[in-house]
This record gives sequence, C-alpha cells and structure tokens, in this order.
Amino acid sequence: MRYRSPSYKLFAICNYIALGILGLLCIFPVVHVFAVSLSSRAAATANIVNFWPIGFTLDAYEQTLANSHFLRALSIGVMRTVLGTGISIAVLLLAAYSLSKPDRKFGGRSAYAWYFVVPMLFSGGMIPSYLIVKETGLLNTIWALVIPGAASAYLLILMLNFFRTVPIELEEAALIDGAGHFTTLFRVYLPVSMAGIATISLFEMVAHWNSWFDGMIYLTNPKDYPLATFLQSIIGKENFQEAGIQAEDIANISSRTVKASQIFIGALPILAVYPFLQKYFVKGIVLGSVKG
Amino acid sequence: MRETSKFASYCKRTWPLHLLLLPAFLITLIYQYIPMLGAVIAFKDYKPWVGILDSPWIGLEHFKYLFTFPDSKQVIQNTLIIAFFKQILGVLVPVLFALLLNEVAKTAFKKTIQTLVYMPHFLSWVILGGIFVDVLAVQGGIVNRLLGLFGAEPIFFLGSNDWFRATVVLTDVWKEFGFAAIVFLSALAAVNPNLYEAAEMDGANRWRQTIYITIPAIMPIVVVVATLALGRIMNAGFDQIFNLYNPLVYETGDIIDTFVYRIGLEGGQFSFGTAVGLFKSAIGFVLIITCYRILYKVADYRIF
Repeated sequence: MRYRSPSYKLFAICNYIALGILGLLCIFPVVHVFAVSLSSRAAATANIVNFWPIGFTLDAYEQTLANSHFLRALSIGVMRTVLGTGISIAVLLLAAYSLSKPDRKFGGRSAYAWYFVVPMLFSGGMIPSYLIVKETGLLNTIWALVIPGAASAYLLILMLNFFRTVPIELEEAALIDGAGHFTTLFRVYLPVSMAGIATISLFEMVAHWNSWFDGMIYLTNPKDYPLATFLQSIIGKENFQEAGIQAEDIANISSRTVKASQIFIGALPILAVYPFLQKYFVKGIVLGSVKG
Repeated sequence: MRETSKFASYCKRTWPLHLLLLPAFLITLIYQYIPMLGAVIAFKDYKPWVGILDSPWIGLEHFKYLFTFPDSKQVIQNTLIIAFFKQILGVLVPVLFALLLNEVAKTAFKKTIQTLVYMPHFLSWVILGGIFVDVLAVQGGIVNRLLGLFGAEPIFFLGSNDWFRATVVLTDVWKEFGFAAIVFLSALAAVNPNLYEAAEMDGANRWRQTIYITIPAIMPIVVVVATLALGRIMNAGFDQIFNLYNPLVYETGDIIDTFVYRIGLEGGQFSFGTAVGLFKSAIGFVLIITCYRILYKVADYRIF
C-alpha cells in the first residue's frame, strides 16, 4: 500500500541512510570510549584510536579491577542497587494495590493519589532535603541512598495502572472464597503482574545504579561512595583528593585508557539490562505517562 | 450514633488498604512534605547550631539579596536560555524523527534504529559526562579530529563561552530524542490504515497524506507534550551541567540549580541557597499548574 512514485523511492533511500547515520551517532561516543579502553596507552595518548582498538590490550581493565578504591565503590554500588530496588518495590507494590481500587470501593483513594502527586510538582529543594536526611540520622549511612526516594510517585502511578489491568473477575472470585486484601494482593495480583513488576524493578535498578548526587551530598567519607559517585568524583573534575586516592595512584587512574575502562565498567550493567528493559519500557511509557 | 457506625464500617472495610499505603505515606511525608516546610528557612537566618525553629525570622531579606546579587541575573538568564532551547528541540526533534521512522517499511531496520536511539537515555550524566569530556576534547578529541578533516579549527566545546550552551543543548537532545519519540511513535502506530488507503485512492501522494492525515493524527499528543515541556522552563538540567561545566564557562553555563549547590551546600549559606531554590520551585510550580489547567480545558488531559 506504500506509495510507489520514483520521488518517494528516492526519499525512502535517503531516509534509510539518514536514520542509519542517526542511529550510529547515538552509539558512536560509547563505542569510541570502549575502543580507547582496549587500546595501548601509547595509541590512546597519540589520539589515533577511532572505533577499533589499536594495540589491543586488557591492561586498563586489569589495572581498574586491581584498584581497591574502584572495587569498594563497585560493591557499594551493587549493594545500594539491590537494597534500594528491594525496598522500593515492596513499598510501591503495597501502595499501588490500594490505589488501584476504584473510588467506590476505597473512599479516600483520590486524596491519597493527590498526596503522592503533589511532590512531583513542588519540592522543598536541595537544602531542606539535605537537612531532613541529616535530622533523621541517615547521613553517612547507606540508608540515605535508599529510603528517601523509595516511594517514587512516577513508578507508583505506573504500577497502579498495571494493577488496573488485572481482570476484576479474578479478584471477585478470591473475595467469594473469603480472601482478604492481603491474600488477594499476594495470591492473585502479584502472580499475574510479573511484567509490571519487572518493568518497575528495571527502572528502579537503573535509577539506583546511575544515581550519584545523593551519594555526593549525604556521604562525607569518599570511602563510602557508590560507584556512580566515585566515578563522578574522579572523571572530569579530576578532584583526586576528594575521592580519597593516594598521590601514587593518580598517575595510573588519570591515564586515558584506565579512565575509559572505568567509564565502560560503570555503563556495563545498564548496557546489559537494556535489552530486557527495552522489552518493557515502551509499554510502560505509554501506560504511565500520557493517557489521552 | 449512625454516623459512628458508618465510620466504623468504613474503617472495618478499608483498614487493610490504609495499612498497605502506610510505608509509602510515611516516606513521602518525611522526605517530601517536611522539606517543603523546611523551606521556611528561606525566610529565616538559619544557623545549623541554633536549629530551624529557633533561628530568627528575617522576612524577604534573602530574596532581596538574590535580586541584588551580581551573579543572579546571569544565572537566571542562563537557566532560561538553556532550558528554552532544550524544550523546543526536545519536542521538535523527536516529532521529526518519529515521522521519518514511521516511513520505514522494514520492521527489522526500524527495530534496530529504535534500539540504538533509546540507549543513551539510560546512561547517567556521570558516564556521559566522562564520555563527552573525552570525545569533545580540544586536543585530539575524536569530534575535533573529524572536524579537522574538513579543515575546521579545533573547537573548545566545553570550555568556551561561545560554545558551551550549544554543546549542552545538543548533547541533551542527543541523549533524549529517541526516548522522547516513543509517545509519538505509539500515536503514529494507532492511525487507522484505512485513512491512507482512502487517500491513496483519491490520488494523494505520501507527502499530502503526511500533511493531511499523519500530522493531524499526532497533533493532540504533540500539544500535550509541548505544553508539559513549557512547565519545565526553569529546569536546565542539573545532572548534565554539573558534570560538564567548569569555572571557565560559569558565565554562560551556571544555572540556578548548580548555583544553589555551590552557594548553599558547598558554601554553607543554607538559607540563601534555599531562597534561591524556592524562587525556582515556586515559578516552576505555577508554570506546571498553568500547563495542566490549559491541557485539562483544551485536551481533557488528566495526570491519572
């Protein structure tokens, strides 16, 4: 049914080429840095590496993975992601179940819904948030990174929309069998909402892995930094003292190939979950953000 | 008596639902609502060792200072300029991309392109900051080397006041255009194919079909997205700028959020920093509410 005039064919060819270039443009910086990380130090310093490693070597990765500062930050990053995702998912599932009930079954539902939406529109700002984290004693603990953001309103709305697609008959059958809300949630809703749970889990994991600013302001000791914050403190800013790194290590870390390898290891988990993520987020975006 | 029993039966019916909401309720209360109250320190001379309650009120002193502070005008101006171009291009580029991708007939090609262009959205600005600092370097950065092939002088993308804003806007569009196109692509997929067939029978070519069928079909969603973008005109993107800027480009690149961080948290001027942040939040809030009201009236749009 496509229009088959010669001019449309010409357009189609140009279109394929343009989109192809655009697609490559989106990955070319990442590919370049990956190629640098696998190149010899001399080739990287001479600026001759493009998109393929020159003088292939794994030295940079060996150095990075032998660096105790990097490994500590890596393990804190993993810990924060696992802990943060677990806590958030628990909090979000419970709340989303209640909010997915229609108004007639749960008077007060819309009051709660507004309660969660208002902070999306207005926030007290960076400094009062810092002060309350300090007042509640979370400063300099991993909890400062996982508790304050655990009830994301955006993911809450996403999850409640997933729950709304659960057929009402399933729930009614459970109620007739005498099941309460807790049983209904765990025995009926959760087993049929695995796609939704996977979606919000992936979003939480990516958010936690990428999150760096909270580590920077809530943790005073660089030894407690998760990987994202650690990378932030050594990349670009070149503020080595802040990252708690000894002078003799600086030469190794500041080498361009080593830096590239650290960037790539930092991006690797995201690149690894991305194919799974892609399966779900298109549906999630359309479900959660824009409803006509 | 009857009122009480009604309330009792409501409680009896719904208490598990309230209980399930409790954790999310408390976290939001403590870490979202209390900081909103904490923002009163913008009107006080807050001293950490005195405490929020006991610090003296000083009214609008910090806001007056904000408007007399030499850097404020520059910072507000930078924020608006950067955010304005980000929001405009952040709608136009995805729409254009979605329209072009919609013309692709081969599903495998379409899927591949989508996989490539959505990817940068998920990488953080820490990672991308590191990547761009390398790629855009003056001395031997790959972009400058490629431009050099065409005989261009090396450009100091991240260190020159002529280039910094453009670099920030373009790298942000680069990161987000694919992901932002998702809603437009799903709107395009929902267009009834019969419309195109009918138009073709009437002799309309693909260009005319685009003008008269495709664009009107996605216009409502474009209006929604563009209006919501207007509400973000105070958000120039803290994560990105913080990871790309340096003292050389404060003149064109310092935005309200980075300013609040440097003055307020690093400089310890908690009250002044909060006042600046509050100024931004308040304007942003008014803008967003206005946008939602417009959309509610025009497009019957609801948040949930």
